[in-house]
Amino acid sequence: MKRKSISYAKWGYIFLIPFFVVYIIFSLYPLFQTFYYSFTDYVKDQGSIGGGWTRQAVEVTPTFCGFENYQTIFTSGSDLLQSFWNTIIMWIVGFIPQIVISLILAVWFTDLRLKIKAQGFFKAVIYLPNVIMASAFAFLFYSLFSRGGAIYDLIKIPLLESVWGSRGVVGLINFILWYGNTTILLMAAIMGVDTSLYESAQIDGATSSQTFWKITIPLIKPIMSYVLVTSLIGGLQMYDVPALLTKDMGNPDGKLKTVVMIIQANKQGDIGKASALCVIIFIVSAVIGLALMFASADHDGKKKKKKRG
Amino acid sequence: MANLKKVLAGSLSLCLAASMFTACGSSDSSSTSDAKGGSTSKAGDGTGINKDADRQDTSKLHGVDSSEESKKTLTIYCWNTEFKSRLDKYYPQGTSNELTYNELDDGSKEIATINGVKINWVQVENEGNAYQTKLDEALKGQQDSTEKVDMFLMEADYALKYANGDVALSIQDLGITDDDMSEMYQYTKDVATDTATGELKGVSWQATPGLFLYNTKIAEDVLGTSDPDQVQEAVKDWDTFTATAQKMADKGYKMVSGFDDTYRCFSNNMSSPWVTDDKITIDPQIKAWVDQTKEYTDKGYNNKTSLWDDAWAAGQKIDGGVFGYFFSTWGIPFTLLPNTVDEEIKADGSNAKEGNGGYGLWKACSGPQAYYWGGTWICGAIDSDNQDIVADIMKVMTCNKDVAKAITEGEQDYTNNKAAIKELIDGGYTNAFLGGQDHLALLTEAADKISLENKLSAYDQGCNEKFQGAMKDYFLGNVDSYEAALENFKKNITDLYGNLTCDF
Repeated sequence: MKRKSISYAKWGYIFLIPFFVVYIIFSLYPLFQTFYYSFTDYVKDQGSIGGGWTRQAVEVTPTFCGFENYQTIFTSGSDLLQSFWNTIIMWIVGFIPQIVISLILAVWFTDLRLKIKAQGFFKAVIYLPNVIMASAFAFLFYSLFSRGGAIYDLIKIPLLESVWGSRGVVGLINFILWYGNTTILLMAAIMGVDTSLYESAQIDGATSSQTFWKITIPLIKPIMSYVLVTSLIGGLQMYDVPALLTKDMGNPDGKLKTVVMIIQANKQGDIGKASALCVIIFIVSAVIGLALMFASADHDGKKKKKKRG
Repeated sequence: MANLKKVLAGSLSLCLAASMFTACGSSDSSSTSDAKGGSTSKAGDGTGINKDADRQDTSKLHGVDSSEESKKTLTIYCWNTEFKSRLDKYYPQGTSNELTYNELDDGSKEIATINGVKINWVQVENEGNAYQTKLDEALKGQQDSTEKVDMFLMEADYALKYANGDVALSIQDLGITDDDMSEMYQYTKDVATDTATGELKGVSWQATPGLFLYNTKIAEDVLGTSDPDQVQEAVKDWDTFTATAQKMADKGYKMVSGFDDTYRCFSNNMSSPWVTDDKITIDPQIKAWVDQTKEYTDKGYNNKTSLWDDAWAAGQKIDGGVFGYFFSTWGIPFTLLPNTVDEEIKADGSNAKEGNGGYGLWKACSGPQAYYWGGTWICGAIDSDNQDIVADIMKVMTCNKDVAKAITEGEQDYTNNKAAIKELIDGGYTNAFLGGQDHLALLTEAADKISLENKLSAYDQGCNEKFQGAMKDYFLGNVDSYEAALENFKKNITDLYGNLTCDF
C-alpha cells in the first residue's frame, strides 16, 4: 500500500533548481557585491582607458573606506534628498489618476448589471500601452511637448521647460503605461469576490455606490495594497522616462532628477557612491514594503478576531 | 480562510516582486563595476617609454588568438553613418583591394566585403557618452577577446582619451609615412597625437573649420544684400553681430536658433582646457558665451531651441525665420542640406537644384570668430586581425588626393588635403547648394587659423554637454542666477566624472 503513494515532491525541487541558480548568480551575488562596493573607495577615471598593451596599466582597486560614501551622500552638497523628493512627487502625480481610473474601469468591466460588450477588445486596448517600451513613450512625448512639437504648437506653452509641466508629463506617461496593468489586477481581484454578496446586496436594495464602498473596496484591499507597494517600489526606481525627457540632466533646476538617475550618472565613475545609493534605495524600498504589508495584515487579523468574538 | 489565503498569496508575490525589483536595481550598477580588466592608465603616464630605441611596434602586439569568424570580419565602431557613406562611395576608386557590394533599397551600393572580409558596423549613439562607454568595454576586453575590434572612430571632444590610451595602433606601424600625410592640416594631427610619446594614433579625412551660414532671403530683407563679403561686415565681430541681431529682431527674425549655436566659437578659443590636473575650470570664453546667450535670450534674438532638436532643425527651412547657423564643414552637407530641402535629395541628384526648399539659398561667411567643430578621426585598434585592410582604408580615405577631391566635390565636405583643396579652388570650384559660392576659400582661411594648443582634454564631451544643459536653466530663467546653474553643473559633472574636482 505504501508503494502507491509515491512522493513527487523531489521533482518540484528539481524543477526549481534552474530558477535558484539563475537567481543566485544574477541577483543575489550582485546584491551582496553592491553592499560590499558601497563600503569601498572605488573611482574610475573615465578620461583614460588603459589597454595595458605597452605600458603598465594602472589597476583601480576598491579599497575599504567604511561609511565614507554614505557620508558624502548625506552631506549638504548632495542632491539625494531633493531627488528622492522628486521621485516621490512624480510617482504620486502618476499614481493617483492611475488608481482612480483603474478602479472605475475595473468596476465597470465586472459589473453584473452593466454587462459591457466586447470586453476582450477593451481589455486589450487598455493593456496595450504597457507593452510599449517606456523609452519609446518618452521619446514620443518629448517630440510632442518640446519646442516645435505638435502639442507645443497647439498650446504654445513649453511644458517641458517648467518644473510642474514636466513633472506632469512624466506622471502622464507613467499613468498611461501602467493603468492597464492595474486595471487587470483589480479586475481579477473583484472577480474573486463572491457574486452572491452582490446579488444579496441588490436584493436588499443597495445602490451601486454602496456595493462599491461596502463590498468591493474592503474585499479587494489586499490586492490594493499589493498594487500600491509594487507601484511605489517601481516608482522609487523611476529612471528611463525622466532621463530621456531631460536628456539625463533632470532639469529644470534638477527638479526632475530621480535617485536612480544619480546612480546611473555615477556608475561609470564613482562606483562606491553609486553602490551606496543602491543600498539606500534598497533599504527604503524594503522598509516601505514591510510597513505596508504589516499594516494591511494587522487590519485583517483584527477583523477576524472581531468576527469570531 | 479564503482571506488568509489571499493575504498569503499576496504577500508571497509581494516578496518575490520586491526581491526582483531590488535585485534589478543593484545588479545594474555592479555588473558594470564588474567589467573585466578595470585597468586604467592615467593620461600623461608612460613617461618611462623611450621614444626610439626600444619602442614597441604596436602592430606586433597580440592578445589571445582571434576566431576564424573575427579574421573574416572587419569590425568598425562608429556613432553615425557619415564615415560609412564616405567609405561606400569613395573607397572603391582608390583601392586595389577586391570588393563586393550589396545593393541598397535606394539604388546605391554598400561595400559588403573587402578582400573577402566582411564589414561589421557597430553603431552606438554618441550623446551622453554612450558611444565612449561601449567602445571602452570593447577595447578593454580586446586582449582577452576572440572577436577583435579592427577600427574605431573618435571625435575631438574625447580623442585624447584614446590617443593617450594605449589602445590605438600607431599610424607609423601601419605603414603610413609622414610623406603620405604631408598635405594634412597640422591641427588634425595634433588632436590624435599621444601626448606622452608624441606618436600619431589617428587620421582624419576631413578638416572641420567652421563658418557662419546665413539665409540669403532674410539677409536681403534686413541687410539689403546677400553678398558674402557685405554680410561678413555685419557679423565681423561679436559687437557688430549683436547689433545685427537687434536689426533682425526688429523685423521679426531670429539671429540664431538656440542657446548652443554660438558655443563652439567660444569654446574653441579657450585659453586652457576644461580639465587640467583633474580639476575642472570655467574659462573666461565660456563665461562670455553664457553672458552673451543670456542677453540674446532675454532680448529675443534666438528661438530658445537646443542643438539637434526638431525646432532647431525647423529653423533651417528657408522660411524658418532664423538668419544663420554656425556650421563647420560637415554640418553643411550632413545637417543643413537635408534639413533645408523640401524633398530628400535623390541618389542621382536630379532634385539637387534651386526650387527644392532652401537649396541654393544659403550662403557662407567667416563669422565673428574662427573656430572648428567636430570632425571624425579613424583609429586602428591594437590587436586588430585585419591590419592590412585598416591601413589601406586609412591611406585611401585620408591620404589620397584624388579621393579627397572627389569627396569634396561630391559631398561638399572639406577634406583634410591641402593640395586637393587648392586644386579645386584654382579650378574654379563652386558649390551649387550655396548658390554657386566658392566656400572652400573661406574654409581654407579658417582652417589655417585653427590651433588646438592647450585646448583639449579627454573630458570635453561630458563637460560641454553638461554645461550646456545646466546653463539652459539659467537662460530660460528656471534658476535665479548663473551661480545656481553653475552649482547644478558641478553636481552633474562630478557625478559623471567621479575623479574630478571643481575649481569654482
